[in-house]
Amino acid sequence: MTISEVTIDTMISGLNLPNNIMKTLKDDVMKAGVTKKELEEIIERVKESYKYACVEPCEAVGVVSAQSIGEPGTQMTMRTFHYAGVAEINVTLGLPRLIEIVDARKQPSTPMMTIALEKEYANDRDKARKLAWEIEATHIEHLADITTDLANMHLIIDLHEKTLNQRSLNSDDIADKLRDELDVMVNVPGGVANQIIVTPNSPSYRELLQLAKNIHSITLKGIEGIKRVVIRKDGEEYTLYTEGSQLKEVLQIEGVDVTRTYTNNIGEIYDVFGIEAARNAIITEATNTLSEQGLTVDIRHIMLVSDIMCCDGEVKQIGRHGISGEKASVFARAAFEVTVSHLLDAGMRGDRDELNGVTENIIVGQPIKLGTGDVHLIAK
Amino acid sequence: MRNFSLLDHQSIPKHEIMSEEELKSVLKQYAIDKEQLPKIKVVDPVIQEIGAQVGEVVRITRNSQTAGEAFYYRLVIA
Repeated sequence: MTISEVTIDTMISGLNLPNNIMKTLKDDVMKAGVTKKELEEIIERVKESYKYACVEPCEAVGVVSAQSIGEPGTQMTMRTFHYAGVAEINVTLGLPRLIEIVDARKQPSTPMMTIALEKEYANDRDKARKLAWEIEATHIEHLADITTDLANMHLIIDLHEKTLNQRSLNSDDIADKLRDELDVMVNVPGGVANQIIVTPNSPSYRELLQLAKNIHSITLKGIEGIKRVVIRKDGEEYTLYTEGSQLKEVLQIEGVDVTRTYTNNIGEIYDVFGIEAARNAIITEATNTLSEQGLTVDIRHIMLVSDIMCCDGEVKQIGRHGISGEKASVFARAAFEVTVSHLLDAGMRGDRDELNGVTENIIVGQPIKLGTGDVHLIAK
Repeated sequence: MRNFSLLDHQSIPKHEIMSEEELKSVLKQYAIDKEQLPKIKVVDPVIQEIGAQVGEVVRITRNSQTAGEAFYYRLVIA
């Protein structure tokens, strides 16, 4: 006689097993239809298999992770230039990207954002395009030809009407913006359409040339640091992809879906979304980098690495200035890098090494505390 | 400024402040002190949003790819 869903629930819910194992168990049992006795045996066997699959106490999981990520890492391409999907945006991939992730660089070499849009923008190409112009940084060279008029000591800016309309700007806006940013005389002569004259404060060549240089660095519209925005249709909705990343500013723009916007800059995710999101970002970025190269590394190894990087509330690199450099043991630090200076400093400070770790005990030639080495018998 | 809740973001798991009793049972289960838990800074944007204080412990309900759903605990530090 098969048992009801309620009985299955009560029998399964008390088990000390991960959620998804319980869920699969329940679904499968429901589908197959079992008796109470059979279910009891199934549960016993599941518990047994789960216990068998668990990592044993005193297992050196860190070393296993290092090996499991390091070995496929040797197969990775040294240097790859790849364009992310159809959205012709150049992103660093392969080994350099993996190094970037574990080094916890503040700024990746190719920052890139995926901006999801709210419903009314996501289904409307024109609205999405308009939003893209709001985000992309517009500089004067996108809009105009600049001529340095040495005879009259000023700059003549000839704006292109078509690009102005496209980005919904007009010459007065630009004149105002230039006046604010540069703090110089900016005139809009009525005679010629779409022309702006910029005059330096004192009529010297140096100032004029300096002005001609500075004018290029002013962001007239959009977010500074976002070099390019590409619109792509992902399934049903339009999504924006950007070259350059400014998470905080982009989230303030009306129409951006705050809940699904993402950047590959882990430092920025940490600043805006916090440590847990940064941990998730490390996992996603590392997994994507590895799988893009056709390598499969068990997610548990990557999770261990990112947990260690994030366990002190900030993203720390694996290396001299992070995990390896902050180890408690002098010998463990000396074994990693700059041996002599670590030993010298420790000697001067009078540090003690408790010989608790693996590396220290190998150095002094003792059995290491791993596996059976960490088990002590107590006579009673 | 746009107003939005960080906790709605898909890559931010649920953070909640734990009560004393819950904390005690968790520490007992793992047989550790509060200081041995992983840390989270009080300036962390999510901690600011839920308003946890230094010394409190937050329970994080992670969406784990291996376990489905998993609890993680972090001690709020200065």
